Amino acid sequence: MTHQYPALTTEQKKELQEIAQRIVAPGKGILAADESTGSMAKRLNPIGVENTEENRRRYRQLLFTADQRIDSCIGGVIFFHETLYQKSDDGVCFAKLIKDRDIVVGIKVDKGVVPLAGTNGETTTQGLDGLSERCAQYKKDGADFAKWRCVLKISETTPSQLAILENANVLARYASICQQNGIVPIVEPEILPDGDHDLKRCQYVTEKVLAAVYKALSDHHVYLEGTLLKPNMVTPGHSCPTKFSSEEIAMATVTALRRTVPPAVTGVTFLSGGQSEEEASVNLNSINTCPLTKPWALTFSYGRALQASALNAWKGDLNKEKAGTEEFIKRAQANGLAALGKYKSSGSAGAAAQSLYVANHAY
Amino acid sequence: MTHQFPTLSEGQKRELHETALRIVSPGKGILAADESVGSMAKRLAQVGVENTEENRRQFRQILFSADDRINSCIGGVIFFHETLYQHSDNGVPFVKMIRDRGILVGVKVDKGVVPLAGTCGETTTQGLDGLAERCAQYKKDGAVFAKWRCVLKISDSNPSKLAITENANVLARCSSICQQNGIVPVIEPEILPDGDHDLKRCQYVTEKVLAAVYKAMSDHHVYLEGSLLKPNMVTPGHSCPTKYSAEEVAMASVTAMRRTVPPAVPGICFLSGGQSEEEASVHLNAINNCPLAKPWVLTFSFGRALQVSALRAWRGHKENEKTATEQFVKRAEVNSLACQGKYSGGDNYGEAGHRTFGSCHAY
Repeated sequence: MTHQYPALTTEQKKELQEIAQRIVAPGKGILAADESTGSMAKRLNPIGVENTEENRRRYRQLLFTADQRIDSCIGGVIFFHETLYQKSDDGVCFAKLIKDRDIVVGIKVDKGVVPLAGTNGETTTQGLDGLSERCAQYKKDGADFAKWRCVLKISETTPSQLAILENANVLARYASICQQNGIVPIVEPEILPDGDHDLKRCQYVTEKVLAAVYKALSDHHVYLEGTLLKPNMVTPGHSCPTKFSSEEIAMATVTALRRTVPPAVTGVTFLSGGQSEEEASVNLNSINTCPLTKPWALTFSYGRALQASALNAWKGDLNKEKAGTEEFIKRAQANGLAALGKYKSSGSAGAAAQSLYVANHAY
Repeated sequence: MTHQFPTLSEGQKRELHETALRIVSPGKGILAADESVGSMAKRLAQVGVENTEENRRQFRQILFSADDRINSCIGGVIFFHETLYQHSDNGVPFVKMIRDRGILVGVKVDKGVVPLAGTCGETTTQGLDGLAERCAQYKKDGAVFAKWRCVLKISDSNPSKLAITENANVLARCSSICQQNGIVPVIEPEILPDGDHDLKRCQYVTEKVLAAVYKAMSDHHVYLEGSLLKPNMVTPGHSCPTKYSAEEVAMASVTAMRRTVPPAVPGICFLSGGQSEEEASVHLNAINNCPLAKPWVLTFSFGRALQVSALRAWRGHKENEKTATEQFVKRAEVNSLACQGKYSGGDNYGEAGHRTFGSCHAY
């Protein structure tokens, strides 16, 4: 506790910090395109598309071939392992396609949730075995950041002390290993929106979870300037009878972060959870116009909230690819503006407003 | 860990937050005039004055009768218990003198350090017994904030894990009790400058200590917006052979704060430790000019660094009182400039207040 045994050299730290800053440069956020094979089934089945490797490739290609309009809104793309090694129709590696346009390539490195025995349905996340070697390989293959998702639930009895500590610890171990391999860790302690709890409850739990996360990161000697946080926004539970405005959500979210996230953290990239595309943009915008002091970048790392309309427009049809890409570009631009606090909601009709809530979401 | 049991009402939170903000209003800091009887012995001995209650009263009177010039420099004064109930020559209670000029009254509430058995000379701080009742009484008697000092040391074996967690815990208990009684806690986890360690070592230890402090504060449900931090600046040990510039001290201090202190904390009021008056002001100025984002107020809570010249000018002689007061006013004004980054330095530092940091960085 008293002597420092150097974890990283000055050069390593500098590299990590610069990567983190590039990902969350003003007006930019992350496209989370790292849905596992299982998750992709849930995306493709509703639009009548078979969950084959080729269809997954075609779909990601639709996103990655968006034109230069996304270069000013997307700072990073998170890949699933399979996708990192897929190629476009022209035979260009997706990773190269993205990297060549100065968008940082990221990779999901966790191996999913596993149960914590003796708890009320709580989980931790596995994936630490051989993580160092995997990170080294991913770095060679073009990735500069990684993502690891932990899941917590709010109920009468959860999250328990064990779930909070165990997930915080595993996030810190993952972060430490990534940094040793030149990879910026995005730390994702997602608190699910399932339940009928109100906004205050979510705020309270979020504060406790994040306090534990940052204590664990300190204990594990993680270099905060070379990390990003991917938290849930503070929202009421999905079955909560009370409605809250986006300003209330923003205030609760920013307050929770102000009480727990050290200023050294380069950026906070919110997950969208079950929010609709429009909701996610409007809430992000309110967060950025919240009048409290916010010393970190506050931007997006959206999966569903960037892709829902694109998927709907495409539906697997070769002739609808451009339409799909166009929908994606639209949401990317909307969120780029929201990350600057400059988004004006155009209206709530259409696919953009449809809730994307799936009960008990686990990738 | 999952349900919130309310600690403070909205009204109580607002009062605490507003008090904290007033203490650290722009250009203002704290006069730490809370030296215990034992500490006053050391101060007075240095200028050949006998340590009697009357002499202690006379010296504090010298400080408290400073003219209106200090009203814009001093946001709060920390009293020792004895002083809280003393009067001026004219029979005006010191508390009233201070309050009537819009300066907030604080009181030292800890009861000194006690050894931690089984450690290498480490301590914790006592004073929790009956603290709630004492706070309630102090509030009636005019105090709105309190200070509690813990002490940690850097050596080959220190600080130990026990010392860090025990002191963090006791600071959090103190904070919780104070807030229940409408008193803003100023928590002081002082890491002594004794030793030959370098700047990096002090930064490392400071980061570990503060991470533990804020985890304890979270665990004890302390309302951060209604608290203040009184840490050491990050400096090399007293016997460290290497010299560091004010910019290096500032960069190390601000980096350590950025990695550990949540933005919700309204202000950080540095202690001066063993620094000279000028050193402390120059460092505080450099801290305020540090180019990193600093979402809290960064100001002073100085004891010796505000009083040394005044003591030396006084030497216990009635005819020197006005001169002594003038010395204090001078340091108050200098530090008011320093906490705004506008101090151009005294004899040893001839340049303009704006320090250049160049490539100085503390990775």
